Amino acid sequence: MNSISIRDLSLKFGEATVLDQLNLDVAEGEFLVLLGASGCGKSTLLNCIAGLLDLSEGQIIINGTNVTWAEPKDRGIGMVFQSYALYPQMTVRGNLTFGLKNAKVPREDIEHRVNRAAQMLQIEPLLNRKPGQLSGGQRQRVAIGRALVRDVDVFLFDEPLSNLDAKLRAELRVELKRLHQKLRNTMIYVTHDQVEAMTLADRIAIMRDGVIQQLADPFTIYNQPVNKYVASFIGSPAMNFLDGAYGIDEQPSFTSNNLDIALGRYNFKTRAEDNRPIYLGIRPEHVHVGNAAQEQPFNSDISVEVVEPMGSDTLVWTSLDNQPFHFRMDGQATVNVGDRLPIGFDPVKASLFDKTSELRL
Amino acid sequence: MTVESYEITRAKPSKSSAKEPSGAKPLRRINPTRIMLYSVLLVAAVYYLLPLYVMMMTSLKGLPEIRLGNIFAPPMEVTFAPWAKAWDTACTGLYCEGLKVGFWNSVRITIPSVIMSITIASVNGYALSNWKFKGSEVFFTILIFGSFIPYQVMLYPLVIVTRELGIFGSLQGVIFIHTIFGMPILTLLFRNYFAALPEELFKAARVDGAGFWGIFLKVLVPMSAPIFVVAVILQVTGIWNDFLFGVIFAGVKNFPMTVQLNNIVNTTQGVKEYNVNMAATLLTGAVPLAVYFFSGRFFVRGVAAGAVKG
Amino acid sequence: MSIAKRPNPLFRNLNAKIAALPMIATTLVVFLGCSIWTVIYSFSKSRALPVNEFVGFAQYERLFRTSRWLISLENIVIYGVLSLLISFVIGFILAALIDQKIRFEDTFRTIYLYPFALSFIVTGIVWQWILNPSLGIQETVRSWGFENFTFDLIANRGTVLYALLIAGIWQGTGFVMVLMLAGIRGVDREIWNAARIDGIPVWKTYLFVIVPMMRGVMVTTLVIVAAGIVKLYDLVVAMTQGGPGIASEVPAKYVYDFMFARANVGQALAASTVMLTTVLIILIPWVYLEYGKKKAQR
Repeated sequence: MNSISIRDLSLKFGEATVLDQLNLDVAEGEFLVLLGASGCGKSTLLNCIAGLLDLSEGQIIINGTNVTWAEPKDRGIGMVFQSYALYPQMTVRGNLTFGLKNAKVPREDIEHRVNRAAQMLQIEPLLNRKPGQLSGGQRQRVAIGRALVRDVDVFLFDEPLSNLDAKLRAELRVELKRLHQKLRNTMIYVTHDQVEAMTLADRIAIMRDGVIQQLADPFTIYNQPVNKYVASFIGSPAMNFLDGAYGIDEQPSFTSNNLDIALGRYNFKTRAEDNRPIYLGIRPEHVHVGNAAQEQPFNSDISVEVVEPMGSDTLVWTSLDNQPFHFRMDGQATVNVGDRLPIGFDPVKASLFDKTSELRL
Repeated sequence: MTVESYEITRAKPSKSSAKEPSGAKPLRRINPTRIMLYSVLLVAAVYYLLPLYVMMMTSLKGLPEIRLGNIFAPPMEVTFAPWAKAWDTACTGLYCEGLKVGFWNSVRITIPSVIMSITIASVNGYALSNWKFKGSEVFFTILIFGSFIPYQVMLYPLVIVTRELGIFGSLQGVIFIHTIFGMPILTLLFRNYFAALPEELFKAARVDGAGFWGIFLKVLVPMSAPIFVVAVILQVTGIWNDFLFGVIFAGVKNFPMTVQLNNIVNTTQGVKEYNVNMAATLLTGAVPLAVYFFSGRFFVRGVAAGAVKG
Repeated sequence: MSIAKRPNPLFRNLNAKIAALPMIATTLVVFLGCSIWTVIYSFSKSRALPVNEFVGFAQYERLFRTSRWLISLENIVIYGVLSLLISFVIGFILAALIDQKIRFEDTFRTIYLYPFALSFIVTGIVWQWILNPSLGIQETVRSWGFENFTFDLIANRGTVLYALLIAGIWQGTGFVMVLMLAGIRGVDREIWNAARIDGIPVWKTYLFVIVPMMRGVMVTTLVIVAAGIVKLYDLVVAMTQGGPGIASEVPAKYVYDFMFARANVGQALAASTVMLTTVLIILIPWVYLEYGKKKAQR
């Protein structure tokens, strides 16, 4: 059974269409991440699901109930916000119990739920403090606790880790994953951070301009992006794109001025006609250097232009057929500007995109 | 927006800016420019303080001493009789019961007016910032425009309206008028304050099941003490200082202190008792001055709020 | 349980609408209704009471034949222009001086602003006393030995307006100063660093860099102060009662006197409509400017 179903959801602010005819099903217990750049409509979609924004068209069904016009409190959701949104004048306990008191939950029940959530999140010693006395990480735990005590099936997270520093973010990320594994609730999680998306998600929905570009598990999104936007959005450093044309003389190949790459076992989704302008995308980590390069179906010699050592690995910037190109090397490798290196890759790992539609071939 | 947000974000600009490499070139040692600067500031301060000083001195002198004609001289013989007379027996037109009548009238006008106007305006501001509905911005725009319309334009129709409501010439009448004319600036004040609070807080409260009034009373009001203080200061000084509405809508027996002060000074027959006049003036100015000196920056914030653009 | 149907939009946010009712009523009945009523009845023949007999511009023709009204208009224009000019210049200079990292900044600011906390009635009466020709400053200075010293602004038809001006400036400059100071401090502090590196003198930086950047604050202050000047009433009542003779009459007092003392409502309504028109003339370009700017920013 689907936990959440969204049918033909549209949202317009005056002239501007923010969400357009959007459909989405989230399975029970699934961790779904809405990923996209700012302004893509991901937070807006989450607010629609929460009932904080009125839709222009469409239906929202949560756990079999049509809640399109229900109040947020009646939707069976809990929500965690980026700025934590804790009530500053209430203690942590007050923050956790505010919603339950509004819902007239019996006192013993409130006590029980607060204790359980506090224990689970290790915030028991903080219960009588005010939010102003807590650190960022502690505040976000309390905010998660506030969703937890509601005893709901669906959790909504609106960029919950964005206000934390890098170290805390990594810690809480793991904790969130642990929490999901324990509770098995449905979670919808909005972020612009691809690492959070890849690490947490069962499935990722990548959004752009109010439209879901691709909805798939992280592995598929990484390996088989449906279009050039998704390909460039996921992965750091970003994917290389070589500009050229599709050729089909003896076998399928990618050609540009001085390049002729046989596409070999590339797994085509759709066939293109001869001479169609296309991009060949290859991730920097899929490029091999040195001896290993010789064994790849495609290889070439390049000259090193810029070196960016990062410790664990080193990023090398160069040109391939006069087009900018970069790849990853071992962090221990010594490379100097001007060095000539053999590189190679397997077109099976590449992604081809039509130049006009930018869709995957 | 600049003015208000500045006041909010920089509670103590003088101290915080002292360390920054900002403002004009810092001049640390005493030099001619610096002496000039302080001289000008001091001369200006004298001009601003002079009337207060003259009022004080005059109010403590006897009439014969005043007739000697030196308003700057301190009293040779200090007397508090003018103060007593101003408070207790000075004649305001027909009655000779002193300013105390006006004082208590002003209290009875100011307290309910302040409460009423702030209650209504804070709810308005909340509705306008968090629960916008179709047309709400239009009404708000008219309201702000309205604050620029000279009161004279609306006076006569308002007399008719209050008369029809049966509250013309009564305490309720003048309270009603103060509530109406306090609405634009206060609504603006509250709307901007609530709009500056994090929107997610409001969303969180909705998810937690709080309704329109629940969010306002349990979440927003408890965290908005500063703006309520600003509003109270603005209204107490504004309403206490009012003359026009008091003279028209309050009715003779409810005349506020300002009206009675004017009557004492400007309609007395016979000998002009300047010392009593000045004592009466100081008494009338005492309440707003006390509010001003004790509230400090809150008053400045209220004043500057008038310059905020919605 | 299922809530699939779109609720009636009228009842959405019902509480908010109920809560806004006092505001809606005020805007519709008072600010719109009452103003329109006044404009309409300014074309009527009303005398002691408003009547439904309309006579075109007759009230206005009479109004502009009345010397008291013409003097009122002339007075408010002179007073308004001078008071704006002086309070802006002094207000800005004081603000710029206070901005010089002075000691006791708060004390100076408190002193300059306190008159603004007072009633116009209080201000008027104090200055009436200080400027009193027989016992005030004039007499005091004469008693110091300057027998021919003359400072009788308030008793003189030709100069009484300047007496009002002294009092008005005293009360209002602090307000201008506070807004100017906020404006000056609102300017990005990096500008100062840039100006210092370019070697521009402090006073030049204020005049040619800071002032133009403060346009918004300036215009807003101007509109607020100007709208206040049009309402000028209490100060005149307390200080001069319009005298000597009718030398210091102002439009707001004209309206009040004809409305309540002289029982000539028609004249009062016509006069207040002229006041309304004046304010609109000040206001509309400002709104146009502000809104135009906001739209351009989007």
